[in-house]
Amino acid sequence: MNRIQNTFTEKGNDSKLMSLFLTAGFPDLDATVDLILGFEKNGADIIELGMPFSDPLADGPTIQYSSDVAIQNGITMEKIFGMVKEVRKQSEIPIILMGYMNPVLRYGVEKFCARAEEAGVDGLIIPDIPIEEGGIIEQHAKNSKLSLIYLVAPNTSDERMKQADEKSQGFVYCVSVTGVTGAREGEEVSKSVNRFIERVKTNITHNPVMVGFGIKSHEDAVDIASNADGFIVGSALIDTIKKNYPNEGWQSALFSFVHSLKFGN
Amino acid sequence: MSTKTKTKKYTFPDERGYYGKFGGKFVPEILIPAIQELEAEFQKAKNDETFQKEFKSLLDEYVGRPTKLTFANRLTEHYGKGKIYLKREDLCHTGAHKINNAIGQVLLARRMGKKRIIAETGAGQHGVATATACAKFGLDCVVYMGEEDMVRQKLNVDRMTLLGAEVRGVSSGSKTLKDATNEAIRDWVTNVDTTFYIIGSVVGPHPYPMMVRYFHEVIGRETKNQVHEYEGRNPDHLVACVGGGSNAIGFFYPFIDDEDVNIIGIEAAGFGVDSGQTAATMSKGTPGILHGSLSYLLQSEEGQIELAHSISAGLDYPGVGPEHAHLKDLGRVNYHAVTDDEAMDAVKLLSKTEGIIPALETAHAFAWLEKLMPETSKDDIIILNCSGRGDKDMGTISEFIREKEN
Repeated sequence: MNRIQNTFTEKGNDSKLMSLFLTAGFPDLDATVDLILGFEKNGADIIELGMPFSDPLADGPTIQYSSDVAIQNGITMEKIFGMVKEVRKQSEIPIILMGYMNPVLRYGVEKFCARAEEAGVDGLIIPDIPIEEGGIIEQHAKNSKLSLIYLVAPNTSDERMKQADEKSQGFVYCVSVTGVTGAREGEEVSKSVNRFIERVKTNITHNPVMVGFGIKSHEDAVDIASNADGFIVGSALIDTIKKNYPNEGWQSALFSFVHSLKFGN
Repeated sequence: MSTKTKTKKYTFPDERGYYGKFGGKFVPEILIPAIQELEAEFQKAKNDETFQKEFKSLLDEYVGRPTKLTFANRLTEHYGKGKIYLKREDLCHTGAHKINNAIGQVLLARRMGKKRIIAETGAGQHGVATATACAKFGLDCVVYMGEEDMVRQKLNVDRMTLLGAEVRGVSSGSKTLKDATNEAIRDWVTNVDTTFYIIGSVVGPHPYPMMVRYFHEVIGRETKNQVHEYEGRNPDHLVACVGGGSNAIGFFYPFIDDEDVNIIGIEAAGFGVDSGQTAATMSKGTPGILHGSLSYLLQSEEGQIELAHSISAGLDYPGVGPEHAHLKDLGRVNYHAVTDDEAMDAVKLLSKTEGIIPALETAHAFAWLEKLMPETSKDDIIILNCSGRGDKDMGTISEFIREKEN
């Protein structure tokens, strides 16, 4: 059993897991390891570490911005693996690499999976790989014991949800709304998400379900994750960094936001 | 008329939308239902006589097809070798081949009950064609365009606005076609239930490359009929410019099984293939995934997409249609690149010898004649696809000439 599955097994039924997304190399190359460790101390159960791409077509302006900054900072795949290795010296928190297929393909899919395993990565989320195209990476991920996590969206059919459940390991990533990543106003993250999650839960029976896109507060999380196993926050964290960095205390402001996301104020 | 159906040897794409190892549908899950629906509707439309009739009638009555095949006697004299013909897509309504596809996709959108159309555009010709087709059918139209291209192609921005489209400037990245495409896809992801995305080239996820080829095949079919009528045989050489590659595929496709035809695609080398400022994807690219399909891409060692450069906004794209990538690997089409300067010389030559000011994209194909013609003999037949006219580029052309003269 890998770290992701362990985390779900250990959590029990009444609490929700919190997965946090951070773009590797944002706001600077040195910050990433400290941020991951700080996130864990403040309630994160899983880390999704973004592999920046120049053309992130499923992401909104926030993650597009953080990706651009990280690329300008000189992020590389080797540096990302190095960051994961650093974290592994101090922590067993599950780490999932999240990013678009092209940089992975360029690196070499087989070599990428092997290096990720060696660094201590647990899983992969690749938003531009739908089930149909999974063949490009599935076997290599499996050989390297990396969980490949597929996404489902509100317009995904019941049939496809079942396929995503079958092909995913660790959890299934539930995109709560039709759209790109980014924090939304409260009304948008509405009750319809709950109906959607109910449908997801009837189709996805092997894997836990994590819900993301548009969550920016503890209230949002409680509201929309009530039927899910946990929730994912990304853009709201990047926005918080953007607002405070590089002012004195930007990290503690971020960590207190993370704490409030999980536990409320 | 009895028709002997020849079995096609070339049968790409396969069922998964692959051309050899290129193609596919690398898109977020949210778009999969839209792509599946589009593929099903396209197959139905292809087999629906009413749709076929309507498409053909619009091409004839509105677009102005068939376009002429013009013998270029002064250009032929200039080189003093083989006979040069021009396939006159510049005579299409709106001034370029792009309208064939825009009309075809708008008809599909209408069948699917979608009232909102989005598109991306580089040079603006696809945007103008889409805005035109939307005006013709009363559909809402939003066109994404890089801010740099909006400056280079101001005339086309004004045309689109006049036609009732909303042009949304894109300020991210290189502010050109690549970034306009990202924004269009983001819009599509957000409004997928109501919105039809008209892709303007043979790029994007399956079924787009196949569908766009289908709507442009008419170019090659007409060419074949016309050259057989005038010369009684196939041409020896076909030449077309390749950015994404839509005019080229439409022109080439009916000849792919005719192995006696030498097919040539010309990319934009920008300042030169090895200058670091180029759009020559086939020469300098490596396989990668961008905007929904696997093809050749200009990219860094880390897999970040590099900025393309060409004097022609329509060729200024770091990718190329997956079918072209496959045709290159098959060796069926020969791809070369010409520089900004060479293209500009071709603009001048064609203008002065034939009274035709070509689009800058098209000029790249013409520039290759400098290399090709010395190799030809008197009886060779060369056909160039004159994919669009140069009115839209007059600003860029005038500025280039002024700078060279000073």
